[in-house]
Amino acid sequence: MTRRLIFFLAALFGLTSGLALSQSLDPGRILKPAPDSWPTYSGDYSGRRYSSLDSINHATVKNLSLAFVSRLQAGPQSPAGAPPTIVAGEGTAEFNTPASIKGSILQVDGVLYIATPDNAWALDAHDGHEIWHYYWKTKGGTHIGNRGMAMWKNWVYMETPDNYLICLDAKTGKEKWHKEIASFDEQYFSTMAPIVVGDHLLVGTGDDLDEPGLLQSYDPETGDVQWKFYTVPMKAGDPGLDTWLNLDAASHGGGNVWVPGSYDPETHLYIFGTGNPSAAYTSQKRGPGANLYTCSIVAVNVDTGKMVWYYQNSPHDTHDYDSAQTPILIDGMFKGKMRKLVLNGARNGYYFTLDRLTGEHLVTGKMSKTVNWAADTYDKNGAPVRIPEKDFDLAGALVSPANQGITNWMPPAYSPDTGFMYVPTTDSYAMYYLTTTDPRGSMGLGGKDEQSLGSMGSYLTAIDYKTGKIAWQHRYSGISNYGVQPGLLTTAGKLLFAGDPGGNLVAYDVANGNPLWHSRIGVSNAPETYLLDGHQYILVGAGDSVYAFRLN
Amino acid sequence: MQLSSPAQAPARRAQRPLAYPDRPKAPQEVLDRGKATYGVSCAFCHGSDAAGGEVGPNLLRSSVVLQDKSGELIAPIVHGARADKGMPRLELTETQITDVASWLHSLKVASRTDPNENNIDIVRGDAKSGEAYFQKTCSSCHSATGDLKGFAASMPSPKTLQQTWLLPGGSGGRGGFAAAQSSGVHIPPTTVTVTLPTGEKIDGVMTRIDDFFVGLTQTDGTTRGFSRMGDVPKVELHDPLAAHRELLRRYTDKDIHDVTAYLVTLK
Repeated sequence: MTRRLIFFLAALFGLTSGLALSQSLDPGRILKPAPDSWPTYSGDYSGRRYSSLDSINHATVKNLSLAFVSRLQAGPQSPAGAPPTIVAGEGTAEFNTPASIKGSILQVDGVLYIATPDNAWALDAHDGHEIWHYYWKTKGGTHIGNRGMAMWKNWVYMETPDNYLICLDAKTGKEKWHKEIASFDEQYFSTMAPIVVGDHLLVGTGDDLDEPGLLQSYDPETGDVQWKFYTVPMKAGDPGLDTWLNLDAASHGGGNVWVPGSYDPETHLYIFGTGNPSAAYTSQKRGPGANLYTCSIVAVNVDTGKMVWYYQNSPHDTHDYDSAQTPILIDGMFKGKMRKLVLNGARNGYYFTLDRLTGEHLVTGKMSKTVNWAADTYDKNGAPVRIPEKDFDLAGALVSPANQGITNWMPPAYSPDTGFMYVPTTDSYAMYYLTTTDPRGSMGLGGKDEQSLGSMGSYLTAIDYKTGKIAWQHRYSGISNYGVQPGLLTTAGKLLFAGDPGGNLVAYDVANGNPLWHSRIGVSNAPETYLLDGHQYILVGAGDSVYAFRLN
Repeated sequence: MQLSSPAQAPARRAQRPLAYPDRPKAPQEVLDRGKATYGVSCAFCHGSDAAGGEVGPNLLRSSVVLQDKSGELIAPIVHGARADKGMPRLELTETQITDVASWLHSLKVASRTDPNENNIDIVRGDAKSGEAYFQKTCSSCHSATGDLKGFAASMPSPKTLQQTWLLPGGSGGRGGFAAAQSSGVHIPPTTVTVTLPTGEKIDGVMTRIDDFFVGLTQTDGTTRGFSRMGDVPKVELHDPLAAHRELLRRYTDKDIHDVTAYLVTLK
């Protein structure tokens, strides 16, 4: 088929909108996103990061080459030739955080929307030139990263490290409103990509002190709060309170919501992971219980803000192993029946398959050869059983994984073509030392020291959700190849795109992990794909630069 | 806690303002008065450092205290607003409450602590058992009178010593780069042999490796780089620390503590 014919057919079937730039996103479009857009964090609500596009495939990927590269300049100054930066903000501080893309980039109607801490940009997706840049003068907060923007109708949204939710005009970058979503004085910081579900705008926050985690829903039009869901008990009578020493411990128990979840339109369940309990390491003032609903997969009805089910994959965590990783929703065969499932690869090194309607535990597996913080027997719920001696020790305890976990925020992926879930993993060790003699322990992340013993290997790990077993692993070259693998994408072209620890963007054979194409650009986020003007693009962030590739 | 990427070097972060700046401190006489009032009226329940007691919660992480400016949120609670939840009404004046608030706000509220603040001795193992373990497991490569003579004297702290014998060079660098050399210990580098399709072999110290490239420095200082495609050229890495890495799977924590207790005697 000629390129012209493809373009004609694409236009005929509404696959390209480059001809009519509306720059508006009806929230219903996210339910069945056309392959010409990347309208939400994971590309769609399933969290699979799987695209039906296949013009880039085993036969053609060798011709994948650069369409454009755009370098972002963070801060109040605009680079020469770019439109003037819009400067706003409640604070006076400037953290001068160089742009580093660690989140998803939206692509809607031929425009890219990108965020890094305190900064948001719109670029033209055809050649990458800047349309607008918005800069937020901050009060401070932990400037660790930003996971991307959300879009609803004519508006785009971002969170800031000093806990504002900002609504911008998608066309101009002009601010419509900003709302404080968590307390700066309580040391919250906000990094999550907001998620639009219908007329709900879901936002999460982080906190390294002991403040309670929460998911909130805002009205995307007005910025008014619709509901708040705390992940830990906040008052007498709240469910889960009996898993804490007392209410003070529970309501200072962490469980932050800092990575976007997935959404099941049939049941209206938003399914997401919660962070570690707090105090993270010295847990004695939390009581001996499970510390619900920290380190859990939680399903909340978006209409009511009420929890429908939960599954805790790290009861009474003591290593700061957040279970924040994006769960993947699939319909798949399980023991001879079609089931609605949740697939979850957790930072603690274990893999879980759950029932999506009830949270029923179906499978537990192990994603690592080195994990030693838990016994290899599971409890009655299928969760790993922590070994208290491996919490820490005054003389040091040798623990795998190190604090960053076997995996972390990096988006995993799933391919219906193989039935495998794909997770970037690293087998690491560290010595954990108790550094406080206070019987009360410490707050937050205090009271411990951690000395890295590096990695035994980093892997692209494929997991069979039916058994929880590793189907195969591609071990990256090197002795101690510790490096961030920033996330994954699968396509109907039978390809898996990933950044490797050497900084390469690599296209692998999704069936076996054999590399087919690569370019060393220093990848820093999960690759994305969409159709624009009849071309399938691969879009990826590399530090302060946006790279777009296509078949040329 | 969220993960910072290696791209954020600590040095670069240090130039930024504090993420959560300390509050401006009240005059010393106010702090002194506040501390005295707190000691008499509050410390019994909330702890002398305000970090919590048997019955009173930790005030440092309390939303009320963190959001309070100068006693306005604390005063109603002192005056009985939470009497039904066990916080008794206290007869303190507005000034006394403001003083206490000023003192509370002068305390450091941090989610992290200095790992060395208590100077805890990590040497807690049994040196004799450690020596036996060393003879059995380590002596094929190391000797207390040979390469490890004076080993403990070259280490700034027992923690560094423990880290160094477990895996010299620490984390071994990122992205396949060679291990950083730590002072006082000779760490042999990872070397590599590259065999070209012609049969030619090139040896050197590995400088970088990923699935698509291997770099090395030859003995004469020449740097070489080779593109890789699958098994071509053939690349063999020689890891002088392979035995150390393998042992990480086998040690018990007691083994580690005992060996450290033995090695600290090698002054």
